[in-house]
Amino acid sequence: MFDWFAQLGKNTIEFYARLGREVLLFIQTLLAIVPLFLRPGLILQQLYSVGVRSMLIIIVSGFFVGMVLGLQGYNTLVDFGAEESLGVIVALSLVRELGPVVTALLFAGRAGSALTAEIGLMKATEQLSGLEMMAVNPVNRILAPRLLAGIISMPLLAALFSAVGIFGGYLVGVDLLGVDEGSYWSQMQEKVDFDQDIVNGVIKSFVFGIVTTWIAVYEGYSCIPTSEGVSRATTRTVVYSALVVLGLDFLLTALMLE
Amino acid sequence: MSNSRILEISVGIFVAAGIAALLVLAVNVSNVGGFSSGKQYTITANFDNISGLKRRSSVAIAGVNVGRVINISVDPVTFEAVVEMTLDSSFNEVPVDSSAGIYTAGLLGEKYIGIEPGGAPDFLEDGSVIRLTQSSIVLEKLISQFLFSQSDREEK
Repeated sequence: MFDWFAQLGKNTIEFYARLGREVLLFIQTLLAIVPLFLRPGLILQQLYSVGVRSMLIIIVSGFFVGMVLGLQGYNTLVDFGAEESLGVIVALSLVRELGPVVTALLFAGRAGSALTAEIGLMKATEQLSGLEMMAVNPVNRILAPRLLAGIISMPLLAALFSAVGIFGGYLVGVDLLGVDEGSYWSQMQEKVDFDQDIVNGVIKSFVFGIVTTWIAVYEGYSCIPTSEGVSRATTRTVVYSALVVLGLDFLLTALMLE
Repeated sequence: MSNSRILEISVGIFVAAGIAALLVLAVNVSNVGGFSSGKQYTITANFDNISGLKRRSSVAIAGVNVGRVINISVDPVTFEAVVEMTLDSSFNEVPVDSSAGIYTAGLLGEKYIGIEPGGAPDFLEDGSVIRLTQSSIVLEKLISQFLFSQSDREEK
């Protein structure tokens, strides 16, 4: 009987201890971002491996998602004789939802897993301990630049995704299916609001950037330093990021739509 | 070219492309730089029925968009709908005896407020109230009126 209570208590304490460690580390990393601006070289390198290298997959997927939206939207709208609204549908679904969410999922798979594996391997090969031995704080040197690069990259990648997607929808809708070019753009401009839609999309992608990069960095930093531990941490990064992004997306949407 | 130079250039291209995409979204996709940026003034109008009018619906003079509905409430005494709207201040010479009506864009389109300019020498300014209003047409009422008039005719 007491064993059961003891187990429950132990689990609760462990849960909160883990949560506390994670929050403390997060605050520490955020604080370490400020002095980072004195050494832009570190950020530049991470922007390259996190942002530039994710660009190709984001652009290609954005293009195809936009083209599919154009096809599907046209086939539904043409039944109601409302195919001129195709631009609105493509733009709103990309800017509000698909842009930030799909970009975050791809970002977690492409950049997040790489970050976890990199940091995890650094830990497994005791490079992190080596840094500490040389009185270099791995939080300042390893975690902070990666987190900042992720936070900068995500909104830019999401904007690229949406812009390319709208262009893809334009190619399919206007050039292939014959929607009027003028109404594609003018209806889009009339219905898409800057404050309501675009800014909200950017806020979403910014939040997703913090969350996915943080999960990746933390999982790598706290993994069990064996080859199995690194592989598990990498898997967890992708799974947790996907779940958290989708859950947060619902929350944010519910908050933004009054 | 050295390695770090390539790195710098590629990061520069990435950031520039991202910002360019944001600009395209802002300028080409949304309606930024429309009415929201310029100076505006607020006027109100009371309607018996506004069914279907929403916040952010457009306000038009001669079919041209000149402003937006910003708030809709109910007067607690007269039970009329009070619609607040902002007009772009470049349209500051709208006569005070103008009338406002709620119309539908197309058969199934959105509701909007159309302002018909009057002929008075004074102009609407911030806080003015439009006196002459025409309510939204409720399709159900129209149909029932039509049906009743049909049955009346048959009885005669």
